[in-house]
Amino acid sequence: MNMILQASGLTVSWIHETGRQSRSERAIDDVSVSLAEGEVLGILGPSGSGKSTLLRAIAGLETLDAGTVSWAGEDITTVPVHKRGFALMFQDGQLFAHRSVAANVAYALAITRMPKAEQRVRVTELLELVGLEGYQDRRVTELSGGEQQRVALARAIAARPRLLLLDEPLSSLDRELRERLGRDLRSILVETHTTAIFVTHDQSEAEVVSDRLGIMMSGRLVQVGPVAEVFEHPASPAVARFLGRE
Amino acid sequence: MIRARRSPGTVIAMVLGIGVPAAFLAVFFLWPVSAMIGRGFFADGVFDLGGFVEVLSRPRILRIAALTIGQAAVASVICVLLGVPIAHVLYRLRFRGKAVARALVILPFVLPTVVVGVAFRTLFRDGGMLGWLGLDGTLGAIMAALVFFNIAVVVRTVGTAWEGLDPRQEDAARVLGASPTRVFFSVTLPRLGPSLAAAASIVFLFCSTAFGVVLVLGGTKFGTIETEIYLLTTQFLDLRAASVLSVMQLVIVVALLLVVGRTRGGTQRRISATQVARRARRADLPAIVVTALVAAALALPIVALVERSLRTSTGYGLQNFASLAGTGSRNALAVPAWVALGNSLTIAVQATVIALIIGLAASLALSRTPRTPTVRRALAIFDGALLLPLGVSAVTVGFGFLITLNQPPFDLRSSPVLVPIAQALVALPLVVRTMLPVLKSIDPRLRESAAVLGASSWRVLATVDLAIVARPAVAASGFAFAVALGEFGATSFLSRPDRPTLPVVIYRLIGLPGGDNFGMAIAASVVLAAVTVAVIALVERARVGTVGAF
Repeated sequence: MNMILQASGLTVSWIHETGRQSRSERAIDDVSVSLAEGEVLGILGPSGSGKSTLLRAIAGLETLDAGTVSWAGEDITTVPVHKRGFALMFQDGQLFAHRSVAANVAYALAITRMPKAEQRVRVTELLELVGLEGYQDRRVTELSGGEQQRVALARAIAARPRLLLLDEPLSSLDRELRERLGRDLRSILVETHTTAIFVTHDQSEAEVVSDRLGIMMSGRLVQVGPVAEVFEHPASPAVARFLGRE
Repeated sequence: MIRARRSPGTVIAMVLGIGVPAAFLAVFFLWPVSAMIGRGFFADGVFDLGGFVEVLSRPRILRIAALTIGQAAVASVICVLLGVPIAHVLYRLRFRGKAVARALVILPFVLPTVVVGVAFRTLFRDGGMLGWLGLDGTLGAIMAALVFFNIAVVVRTVGTAWEGLDPRQEDAARVLGASPTRVFFSVTLPRLGPSLAAAASIVFLFCSTAFGVVLVLGGTKFGTIETEIYLLTTQFLDLRAASVLSVMQLVIVVALLLVVGRTRGGTQRRISATQVARRARRADLPAIVVTALVAAALALPIVALVERSLRTSTGYGLQNFASLAGTGSRNALAVPAWVALGNSLTIAVQATVIALIIGLAASLALSRTPRTPTVRRALAIFDGALLLPLGVSAVTVGFGFLITLNQPPFDLRSSPVLVPIAQALVALPLVVRTMLPVLKSIDPRLRESAAVLGASSWRVLATVDLAIVARPAVAASGFAFAVALGEFGATSFLSRPDRPTLPVVIYRLIGLPGGDNFGMAIAASVVLAAVTVAVIALVERARVGTVGAF
């Protein structure tokens, strides 16, 4: 398969400062992932296993100790975050509280210097896509958790990013909403033919949304493969224990 | 109806906590200030607003008023423009020596005003390090000194707010394609808005009421309303005009305090501060350069002052410091400068004790949440009244003392208690602002559980409130001591010729140049600065970082 994203050997370490002492700890250690165009890769792992750091590293938000990121054969390791054409959706949305719903969704559109009239059309279209017709002038602080995450998704895909990074976008929601939004998310990603990496700690969510699945444990990517295969043939006893297939 | 029984200690605490500070403020603040202000409204015992019309149509007064507002506005803008990049570097980036850098930035703020005035004179005068700029005696020198003082306010106020902002908001914008400039203007700046407004209005307040530094640098040509009140009362004995100006200043100050109160309300959800600091990126370079340049500029007047203090007619030596044992050329002083330092220290200790007792009583009362809305409203007014001495001209207070406390029942005019009382008044807002937040943060259930365990009301007060407030009380004492040591506005009116404080002596020496006097003024400034810095360093070691943050 022709891989459009190739990240190899990604290593990021944290510096912990406690008083005068500081020690360094590997958040992700020599992680390599690759992705075909239009594919959704799920990353599953316990909390603290480095999933979010991996996404942030690919987005360019973390300083790499080692490793390279390339897109369509071009090395983009040193390209600054804002010039990569990616988008990242945060666990808690990170909507801009001082802007309306429409202004949040249009944030990336304004950067591309899209004319105002076209921006309005696109915002309407996106809000329909995520099921929030007519929410343009609402304040984001008035929205429920589920609505906020829908706005965050609309904002992330507005400028048609080359790669969408989703960092546990549903985990702050209650179970019923999570299942419904998970199916919505899958259909939106397929419909818009978006290449995406989806991070979660919930197995059923990972199953619903992803084409392929990677398992992360203690900063390392320990197994990658088609969803069914990972669930049926865990690569190690530790993975099996994590998946509850022992 | 059965009413919940209040513990008797609460009632006693409320009565003492409000009564003592309220009586103190009434006698030593409201009465003198209203007496002073009354002179503007009454001519020969008859209500008459003619004085306002007459005084406010004098060209010189109008010029000084415009100058006060203009220079405060420009200085505030410069402080914000320079302070924001420094706040970014000192509160958002991770680097070695950050704690030291933060402590150094607040140093100018705590230096006595007269010392800063003398330092800038030394820097800009002919033969000084920046003498070639030709700024001596100009508005530029005054502005430079005002900025020097107040950058710390912006850095601390904006920095602490910035530290608490979630950096992932910026990350979200960056990933969506926003350049560093766009991220700053579209995401960071709007969230910093409230703290920027608060910092700017506090700086404006300090600049528009600046006294010592303007008096030393501006002479009679430039000034603020505050220095003009001083000149009108001491040089021209025009009390009416002085009083009109006091009223004008009071209006400006109250309006500003209202603005500050409003902006302080809007607090954002804070996150833990330790995870925020990050390594520097290339985009941080401009902010780092600004920080380095400003740090160098802030050090310059101090370096110039110390260098000049060591210069003698024959090279370098300690001659200037040795001359502090004398009374200066042409007998400029009534007592040797060392004696004045002794006076300063004694008076500052007295002022600290007064400010601490009154401030602690007031803070204890203000930290309780009363059940009835009426009492709650009364407490809110009391809270605001405690802030007032921050803005009301120290000169007005000083002169008000002279015209009210000179007859029974308070014939204190020749008493040595006036100076420490005036200084305590100036330090009081700072003391309350340091202790009150700590007392307010005590969970009431802590007191309840102590009471359930059998502690009497007084024991609860001693083992819960006082035990927790001990550390901030040490910090508050340090600030109060530093403020009292450098206080010049009120002290210049009240100190008796035979018992001057060191700032008064420095001002006297700088006004009578020639012979050893200038050298002595410089050496005395260095000594005063050194004592202040030592006190503040001790406070900083106690790790209560609140100087300059309001």
